[in-house]
Formats: sequence, C-alpha cells, structure tokens
Amino acid sequence: MGFLIFADATGDGLAGSALELLTKARDLGDVSVFLVGPATVDRAALGEHGAAAIHHLATDEGLPSAQATAAIAALVVEQQPEAVLFGMGYLDRDVAGRLSARLDAPVLSNAVDIARDGDGLVVTNEILGGTRRVLTSASKAPAVVVTRPKAFPAEPGAATTPAVHQVDMPDVGHAGEVRVVERHVEQSEGPDLEEADVIVSGGRGLGDASKFEMMEELAGLLSGAVGATRAVVDAGWVPYALQVGQTGKTVKPSVYIACGISGAMQHVVGMKDSSTIIAINKDPDAPIFALSDLGVVGDVNKVVPALIEALRSRA
Amino acid sequence: MKIAVCAKQIPDPATPYELDPTTHFVVRPNDQVLDDTDRYGIEVGLQLAAAAEDATVTVFSMSPSGSLQGIRQALAMGADKAVVVDDETLRGADALTTARILSAAIEREGFDVVIAGTESTDGYAGVVPQQMAELLAVPSLTFARKIEHTDEGLRIERQTSSGYDVVIAELPVLISVTSGAVEPRYPTFKGIMQAKSKPVDTLTAADLGVSIEANQQIKAVEPVPAREAGVIVTDEGDAFERIVEALEQAKVI
Repeated sequence: MGFLIFADATGDGLAGSALELLTKARDLGDVSVFLVGPATVDRAALGEHGAAAIHHLATDEGLPSAQATAAIAALVVEQQPEAVLFGMGYLDRDVAGRLSARLDAPVLSNAVDIARDGDGLVVTNEILGGTRRVLTSASKAPAVVVTRPKAFPAEPGAATTPAVHQVDMPDVGHAGEVRVVERHVEQSEGPDLEEADVIVSGGRGLGDASKFEMMEELAGLLSGAVGATRAVVDAGWVPYALQVGQTGKTVKPSVYIACGISGAMQHVVGMKDSSTIIAINKDPDAPIFALSDLGVVGDVNKVVPALIEALRSRA
Repeated sequence: MKIAVCAKQIPDPATPYELDPTTHFVVRPNDQVLDDTDRYGIEVGLQLAAAAEDATVTVFSMSPSGSLQGIRQALAMGADKAVVVDDETLRGADALTTARILSAAIEREGFDVVIAGTESTDGYAGVVPQQMAELLAVPSLTFARKIEHTDEGLRIERQTSSGYDVVIAELPVLISVTSGAVEPRYPTFKGIMQAKSKPVDTLTAADLGVSIEANQQIKAVEPVPAREAGVIVTDEGDAFERIVEALEQAKVI
C-alpha cells in the first residue's frame, strides 16, 4: 500500500511537483519515489520531504516515457500502491497516460486534493475552468492521479535517508524508439514566471506584439516576470514559455496585473489563485473583472504608460 | 500513408456549460462544434498528406454525435472521411475508455500516423493521446509545435517548460499537437459542399469489441467559492494612481 510518486529530473534538475506531492502524500501513507533523470541528479530533497525509498531510472538522454511506464508498471505489481501520483509536467503526463492504459487503471486529472474516507481514496478535481469541484473515488487500485501545480505547497518534513534502488532500462520495442537530437532553452530575463512575486501579463487587448515591450518595462520596474494568454502565444507574439493558463503555467504571485486580458476560462485556471489581481481592460463586461481586486475599465495603452511613468518617478 | 486525426465535438465554448444533476455529465446539445484545438491537428494531418504520395486523412471521434456539425467542419477543412463512435453506453466515458474506443477504431482502419490535440477544451484530462500511444504500442511525440516528415521519420519540436527539444521517431507513431503549431485553414465554400457527401462511418462500442466499465465513481460535485469581486474604476486619466495604491497595499513597491 502507500503511494508511488513520479519525479522528473530529465530537464533542469528535479521538477518541483515531486516535493509538493511528497508533502501531501506522506500524511496519508508510506511514500516511495520513481525518479527519472541523470545518475548525477541531487536526490537529497526527496529524502528531506519524506521519501522512504527511491527507484531511480538513470538516463541522460531521450524521452523515456514508454520505458518509465514499463518500469513503474512492474513496480506497481510488486508493491501494490494505492495510487501513483504525477504532476502536470510534460513527461508526467506522458507517463501517467501510458501507465493508465498499461494497468487498465483510471486517471484522475487536474487533481487539487487527495484525501481518504471510509471507501478509500478520494480525489478532488477541478472541472469547467475551475468553477466546480468533483470528488471522485477510483473503483480500483491503483489510481493514477495527475495533480495541478501548486495545489500543495512543498514543505520539508518526515526526513529520511531513503534507500536508493537502481532501475534497469526496460526494452519496450518500437514504442521506446524516440530520439532527442537537440535541446533549446528560450530564457527570458528577470525572475522565473512560476516563482515571480509580481506578474505582468498581456492579452489580445494590447493590440499587437510590440506592446510586450511595455509589459517588460512594467515587469522590470516591479522586479516581476512577464506572462501571456494562449491567444497571443498562438498568434506568435511571445514564446510559449510565457503562457499562463490551463495549457501553460500555473502561477500564484502576490500581484497579477492582467493587461488587455478578457479572462477566458483557459487563462483563469492558471492565475485565479494569485493574492491580488489587478485587471485593465476596455470592456466593462470582461469576465476578468469578476475576479479582480482592482479592475480598471480603460485603454491599456494609456493606463500602463501612465503607471510606468509614476513608478519611474518613485525609483 | 494513412493518417488518423482525433477530433471531438463539444458544446459551444462561448455558452455556459451545464452538468446533468443526476449523472454529473456535461449536458451536450444536439448541435455541437468542432473543438477549436482539434483544428491544429487536422491542419497538420492535411499538410503531412499533401507532402506524401497516396495519403488519406481520416477523422476519428467518439461522442454522442448529434447533428455531426462539428465532424462536417473537420471534413470541410479537407479530411477524406470520418469514423464516429456513437453509443449511449459511452455517455460520460472517462479518458481511458475514450482512448480504448479511439485506438480500437484507428487500429481497425490501419494507420501510419495518429494525430491528436494535447487536451480537449471541455474535459481537458490531457492524457488521452498518451493512453492511445500505449494501447497502439507506438512512440509518442507529444506537445509538438512544429512537425516535419523526414527520411528518418517524424521530426518534431516538442514543447518543454523552458523551450523546446527536437525529437524524432519512425512510423508508425502518435503525435499530440499544441494549439498554435500551425495556421489552420478555413474551409472553402467548395470544401463545405463536398463535406456533405463525404463518408461518415458510425460504429458502436460493441462493433469494436470494447467493453465499457465504470473506472471511477463521482461522489459529489460542488461549486468552487467564487473570489469576491473588488473595486471597479473607470479610467479618467488617473486610474494609474489606484494601481500604485494597490501595489503599495500588496507591499510589492
């Protein structure tokens, strides 16, 4: 019994979702980690967050989703966990989907809470753009649970020195024949979008791509990061790495300034838990105003330059 | 080359969605629309077909099909035919059931490339493409933002949290396509007329030999408490001052 948590370290170090999941799951039962990533990756944080054991599929290259799936499936048969927990990262979703099909186990996606009642494990998912909550129990174990980022804050605790088991790379035939031939990083300046305390985000209402210079200037004055909606990413104004929303990043800054953003469900899901939301939009009926602490009905191309001027004079 | 594109008909996203109070399933009107995110996959399928010899593009969909208006939209873009699995037992089907149905239908027709969006707009479980890849025992090139057919196989740019990777796999293969990957074409008048006579095969789960089981049980559905709306001001040239005050209150300046 207990939980198996997926940890992706194939990118830039260990993905944060594993520590969030460890924090949540260690209060519900024993937790082991299935780690994918280079042999050299720093595993210390996993023990500091309560992992009792680490199963490490060491790999430096490729996109080992089918291989990781086969290895986890074997571990599931051996250990019979109640649930296998994933974050929403790309490899997380690849492995969660494959594992569900391989084990014939249901996937509970977009989970924001995991609890236990008399019937067993109950997973809370948000649907319809985060306006409704569904409490679901899986009819059979293990459940494959995909959780939304930042649903649980990561806190060290129940520290252990976990046993590390090296996992051999399984041969899965054609399904595993994927080659990664290049890696590209599209870094923007300033703080990381997911860590920033202030986010200045732009949407279609800005008018055109050049207005993002204004977004960058405002973000710079507030030591914040620039975000964007799917509409402007799709339009090619800014790289996908800036996208906030269901299909982009989930953020919870102290202040989120939405500029020319109407507030489509797909966007709101990624930012609605920000502490203070300030919106500037010329349409008084824009849905973004329903969740704003301060809503300014006006021309974003006038309000933002005036704001920039005011902040500059304070500096 | 046989290209299978998965598509979904959804209630118009511009209208508020309702849940059936008994089943908790989304209420689906007879007239549904093509999920906008699927237009990118259809476009990718059409472009791959145009670059290949003797290629067919078939649209696969599982849903209560109703008027088929969304499927006709996909055919109007240029797909050759559609296979729709429509069956009362599939109402409220979960992601895995959806993947099993679509994979079985695709396998029945044969395929070289399977294309899907990354997630539907209405349900957004976001795992159906990967489930299908496992069921079909093919590599999954997921979150593709650029797709090319080369001598080595399909070569994609795969979205990562910090940029992108270039990833290659040989056929048969499954790809999931991000919104914005390509510029989807608008159906022409000719395309719309032709779509009316293109073949649409309708199948049931039983035709495909897939048995339906409830994998999960909904215990309750509750509204998420809405955020309290704050202050709305109309800009008269001085609204920036209110923003400065709000930033001060939040202690970020």
